[in-house]
Amino acid sequence: MGIQLSLSLPAGIFIGGAAGYLGSLMLSKRMALVAGPLGHLTLPGIALALLYDFNVSLGAFPFVILGIVLIWLFEIRTKLPIEALTAIVFSSGVAITFLFLPVEQAESALVGDISRVTFWETVVSVIVALFLFLVLKKIYLEMVLINISEDLAKSEGISVKKYNLVYLVLIATIVALGVKMVGGLLTAALVAIPASAARNISGKLAHYAFGAMIIGAISSSFGILLAEISELPAGPLIILINAFIFLISIIFKR
Amino acid sequence: MPCWSYKPGVININIQEKNKEKDFILKVKNLNVRLDNQNIIENLSFQVKRGDVVTILGPNGAGKTVLLRTLLGLLPHEGEIEWNSNIKIGYVPQRLPFIKDIPLSVNDFFKLKKSSEKETNKILNSVGFRENFIKKKIGDLSSGQFQRILIAWALIRNPEVLLFDEPTTGIDISGEETVYNLLAKLKQERNLTMLLVTHDLSVVYKFSTDVICLNKHLMCYGPPREVLTPESLRELFGEEVKYYKHKHY
Repeated sequence: MGIQLSLSLPAGIFIGGAAGYLGSLMLSKRMALVAGPLGHLTLPGIALALLYDFNVSLGAFPFVILGIVLIWLFEIRTKLPIEALTAIVFSSGVAITFLFLPVEQAESALVGDISRVTFWETVVSVIVALFLFLVLKKIYLEMVLINISEDLAKSEGISVKKYNLVYLVLIATIVALGVKMVGGLLTAALVAIPASAARNISGKLAHYAFGAMIIGAISSSFGILLAEISELPAGPLIILINAFIFLISIIFKR
Repeated sequence: MPCWSYKPGVININIQEKNKEKDFILKVKNLNVRLDNQNIIENLSFQVKRGDVVTILGPNGAGKTVLLRTLLGLLPHEGEIEWNSNIKIGYVPQRLPFIKDIPLSVNDFFKLKKSSEKETNKILNSVGFRENFIKKKIGDLSSGQFQRILIAWALIRNPEVLLFDEPTTGIDISGEETVYNLLAKLKQERNLTMLLVTHDLSVVYKFSTDVICLNKHLMCYGPPREVLTPESLRELFGEEVKYYKHKHY
């Protein structure tokens, strides 16, 4: 196993697993559309990072936060459906990016580049993903209840606003980590596909949540290994393996 | 002497006042709810005593669900809502459209309320389900079964008050009958005070001690046999009343 592979593989497994786990909360109707646009929102940040040569996750993170805050403010002000607002914000993000991102760097912005991850990037990714997993585990049941019914959650004394804020920060974090691996275009899939596949084959919450995590981790590791062998980019391969697992899950749908 | 003759009366009044205090569950005074710049509830006042079954009756869009949600503290309002201190309230919402987005077993759903498996089994039993029901998928339940699950969920941690919001559609007739039989049984067993939103006049007559006729503001209020007259119903429901008249008068 090459040194590079020993770096990208753990990074991929941890990011993929955490993204899958978080995705299991984002699958409910109200959140499904948010993950996709959030990936696109990172593009200006990724472009800046590529142009000035710093970590793309660092570039992506503030832009996701900015995007979320903008969507949230627009929602309060206009009461338009959140999907419409998200579309406005994310397409603006994509448009800005393509005004100044050199074409030769577009690929790694769009589909990621885990094969050049450095030692420290791996360490930070693993620690952040692990931390994210722990926080998520702690708020998981409350978030499920909030997703089902904010009324029930509130009548159980859950501070919905506080939990939603933590949840959004977690989403922004995973999107920022995900863009390093699969790029701005494909991050949504990293979150959405494992959960979709796990839902097909689960009858209870624990199977679903941990199933999504395991599918996320497996797809990432196989994608990275396949990229090593085939010399194709890892990002699209990770997503395709995710999609392949999803297809298999349809056969075993409960 | 006037002071002797008055004294017993004063004491009596005090005792009565005290009993009233102990018995009161909820006082609502001049309640106003405004959502999206529309008045949904105007100037509503009523009281609920311990053990009462109060039905909230009114046409679609009259503000019945909004009233329950306001009483739960979920919506902004003006006026007074005073619950007896430390009272525990269980809430049965009309429906939970998002619940099927996530694969949940019955047990998972009760875990969201921190209920242990033992506790869940016990409560499932009291709403008429057998032990193995805990493993069922929520998505596989019929609407009637799901409603009973919601009632059981509300009863975890033994609330003294149950707020029940009847679904407008989707529950078959036989299912509905079971639900009200069940509510009557639970009320007896647990000495519950209930506030029910319903569209079914027979439930109002059979089951409730007081009825609140609501259509934005209070249209009638009191024991159903006293306040529900053909006139008050016509005023409340408009043309719909023909249907109810046929059924009950």
